[in-house]
Amino acid sequence: MDKKLRNLLIGLAALIILVPLGLLAEGETYGEWANDWLQEELGYVPQGLEQMSSLWSAPMPDYSLPLLGDTFSGMSVGYILSAIVGVALCGGILYFGGRVLVKNKD
Amino acid sequence: MLPIWAYAGYKLNRELKSKQVPLLALAAAFSFVIMMFNAPIPGGSTGHAVGAAIIAIVLGPWAAVVSISVALIIQAFVFGDGGITAIGANCFNMAVVMPFVAYILYKVISGKSPIGSVRRLAAVAIAAYVSLSVAAGFTGFEFGLQPYLHTDANGNPMYMPYGFEVAVPAMLIEHVFGFSILEAIISMLIFAYLQRTDQSLLMGTSGLKVNKEPQKAAPAV
Repeated sequence: MDKKLRNLLIGLAALIILVPLGLLAEGETYGEWANDWLQEELGYVPQGLEQMSSLWSAPMPDYSLPLLGDTFSGMSVGYILSAIVGVALCGGILYFGGRVLVKNKD
Repeated sequence: MLPIWAYAGYKLNRELKSKQVPLLALAAAFSFVIMMFNAPIPGGSTGHAVGAAIIAIVLGPWAAVVSISVALIIQAFVFGDGGITAIGANCFNMAVVMPFVAYILYKVISGKSPIGSVRRLAAVAIAAYVSLSVAAGFTGFEFGLQPYLHTDANGNPMYMPYGFEVAVPAMLIEHVFGFSILEAIISMLIFAYLQRTDQSLLMGTSGLKVNKEPQKAAPAV
C-alpha cells in the first residue's frame, strides 16, 4: 500500500479513537429533537413526527449499543464501535462499488 | 434525488480512475466520522462539519455526491440519525448543494494559480466556509417551509414546529459562526497536507495542464 493511503488510514483510525469527544457536546441538533424534548418545549409532539418515528428502527440507534449502558464509558465504547461499523460500511460500499464502476474500462 | 444519483453514477463510471477508488472509499469513511464529531455552540445546540467541500475539490463534485450520500444513508438506516424520511432532503443539501457550491467557488477563486499556492489554499477555505453555510441556509429554508405545508386538525404543525423566522436564522447563525469555520479548517488541513505530499492528486480538478514535473520552476527563456 502506498505511504499516502497508509497515512490517511492512520488519520482515520486516530479520528475513530477520538470520536467520543463528539459525545461531550450538550444539546440537540436543530430538527433532530427527541419526542420528550418537543413535549416539554411545545406542549405537544407533532403528530407526523410521532407516527414516523415507528417507521424504522435502527439496529444501533443514536450510535449506541443498548447493552453497554448509558455511562460515559459505555456510550464511548458504543460510539467508537458505531464509527467502526459506519466506516466499514461506507468504505466497503464505495470501494467495491467503485471497483465495479471502473472495471468496465480498464 | 434518484435522477441525481443515477447521473452521478454515470459520471463516475466515465471519469473515475481506478487509482481514485480507494480515495473515494476513504472520503465517505472520513465524512461519516467527521459528522460524528458533534460540536457544541452557545445556545445549547449542536452540529457538525460535513467534509463535502474538500471531497468535491479533490475528487470532483460527482464523487462527493456519491460518497456523502452513502454516508448519510448509512447514518439513517443503521444509526437512526437524520431519519430515513429525511434522506432526500439531507442528501440534496449536504451531498448536492454543498459540493457544487464548493467546487465552483474553488475553481473561480483559484483560477490558474499554481497547485501549491497559498491562493488555492485560501480558495479551499472560502469554498468550504461558504458551501456549508449555503447548505445550512437551504436546510433552514426547508425546515421553515415545513409547518406551512402540513398541519394537523388543530392547526399544529405535523412535523417541524418552527417557521422561517426561527429556522433560517437558527441554521444560518450556528453555521456561519461555528460549524462552517470548522469545515474550513478541516478542509485546509487536508488540502495543505496533499499540497505537500502528493500534488498529483489535486491536479484532476485544478484546471491546470498536467505536466510531468509540476514542481520545477519554468526554465528561463
